[in-house]
Amino acid sequence: MESIIRIPSVTGVDVELRIAGPGGRSYAFVIDWHIRFLAAAAWFIAGTFAFAGGLRALPPGAANASYGFGVVAPAIVIYFLYHPVLEILLRGQTPGMRMAGVRLVAIADGGAPGIGALLIRNVFRLVDSLPSIYAIGLVATMVTKNAVRIGDIAAGTVLVYDEAPREALLSQLSGRAVERLGLAQAQLVRDVLDRWPQLGSDARYTLAKELLTRAGVGVPRDDAGLKAKLEELVA
Amino acid sequence: MSDSRTLAGAKWFEQRSAEWRSAGRRLQDLESGRSARPQDVLEAVRAYPEIARDLALARRAAPTGPLTKYLEGVYLQLHRSLFRPPAAFWRDVRKLFTHDAAAAALELRWHIAAVAALFVACLGAGAWLVSTYPELASLFASEKMIEGVQRGELWTDNLLNVVPSSLLSAQIFTNNIVVSLFALCLGVLYGLGTFYIIAMNGLSIGGIFAFTAQYGVGGRLFAFTAAHGFVELSVVCISGAVGASLGEALARPGDLTRGAAFQHAVARGMRLMVVCLVFLVGAGVLEGFVSPDPRFPLAARFAIGLGYFALFVLVLSGALGRLGRRARAGGA
Repeated sequence: MESIIRIPSVTGVDVELRIAGPGGRSYAFVIDWHIRFLAAAAWFIAGTFAFAGGLRALPPGAANASYGFGVVAPAIVIYFLYHPVLEILLRGQTPGMRMAGVRLVAIADGGAPGIGALLIRNVFRLVDSLPSIYAIGLVATMVTKNAVRIGDIAAGTVLVYDEAPREALLSQLSGRAVERLGLAQAQLVRDVLDRWPQLGSDARYTLAKELLTRAGVGVPRDDAGLKAKLEELVA
Repeated sequence: MSDSRTLAGAKWFEQRSAEWRSAGRRLQDLESGRSARPQDVLEAVRAYPEIARDLALARRAAPTGPLTKYLEGVYLQLHRSLFRPPAAFWRDVRKLFTHDAAAAALELRWHIAAVAALFVACLGAGAWLVSTYPELASLFASEKMIEGVQRGELWTDNLLNVVPSSLLSAQIFTNNIVVSLFALCLGVLYGLGTFYIIAMNGLSIGGIFAFTAQYGVGGRLFAFTAAHGFVELSVVCISGAVGASLGEALARPGDLTRGAAFQHAVARGMRLMVVCLVFLVGAGVLEGFVSPDPRFPLAARFAIGLGYFALFVLVLSGALGRLGRRARAGGA
């Protein structure tokens, strides 16, 4: 069953947020891990190349402050501060979260979490990552109500699917179709057409017959005819 | 649905769809921009209840239909944009240093006292153990360190010949920050993880001091720690106190749920810890530049260490904030 958080709003109409489970969360994390690992490694390799004139181990004593601060420290910073810095700059999203279609929100109001909350959830990675490969965090996302890790519990944040309004959804409905069928019926026809490729032929026939009969339109026998009639209805 | 209602629905859809489209487009600017034009914000404020009403109608007609999904997205973005807290980063930072950290320290004063007492007790226990059973020094020091001390050398001698001060500082404060944050986070184990870290730190430091004293180099180790140790050890105790408060929130949540009590304790503790970690960076700088440098005599190290500790106390007692407010009131 899909988990939803309902945030009360001043209008009396709740804001609904779909919670991202361990799957969506892990997907975003894996993308982010690759980005930060590759970025840190690229910096380290390029820096070492520039510093030592090639990719070779530096002799003891050759690693001075400029190598430490110019090559090693930035690579460490990229790897370890990737999440807090990007979550703050991108208001609760990292590139991996964006690609996975999820974002962090404050559980209290559904808005972007504040800097303090983002820092807290990242500090608690120290616990969530124990004993290794984020075992505690992963188990926590599986057993908690909102699929959150300990850092999220501490910070009052939750990872949800990021559903930006897509105009394509609106374009699927025409005023004429709504006038002809009513809002509910027009959306139902649109929904069946969207799911048409996934439906079996029996289900297609049953659903299309029901919808066409309600609209007072004749029911063709063949599959292509049914689809064409439904498309005519919502055109 | 009757014909008149269908017609009304179609009219509503036709009239409102233009508004939904323009709201969706305006929102992209509001969401991404750091500052928005006032007319866009006013427009969003006006559109918010209207879109809420439209969404309620769409949900009733078809809860999972494309129009409902579209309006859910618009409504969510509007909600997020309108109820975003105002950005006041620097004001918040100033308030943290002049007020919030001091308030948190005051609330946690008994936790700090208890953890400091535990630390001192473990320090004494470590010193007693190694003084009584010298062979136990191997529990707290590596073989290399033990051999060096037995020759009358400290591992801190000639530190600057091995690593430059700046790099040493960075390594030290990074390590100290990680240890402090671990002590805090392990409070999630009902405070037991925190107590373990504090106790181990106390035992180790006490044991090592006793061990070096046995070979006549304890004074030199004390001189090494004089500049940075006061603040560094205080922060260790404070992070332990914050960790203990997390454990307490889980064990005794009071009127709140465990989750809410934990969140409250974390938020309060982190306000204190952010300030402590800034001081820890300063302590790391002192440990990298002053502590290993033989040109600094003991008196200078003490003066630096106590001066830095006084500033630390000034901030955490709220005196710095009171001084600032008094100065502003005097200026006005």
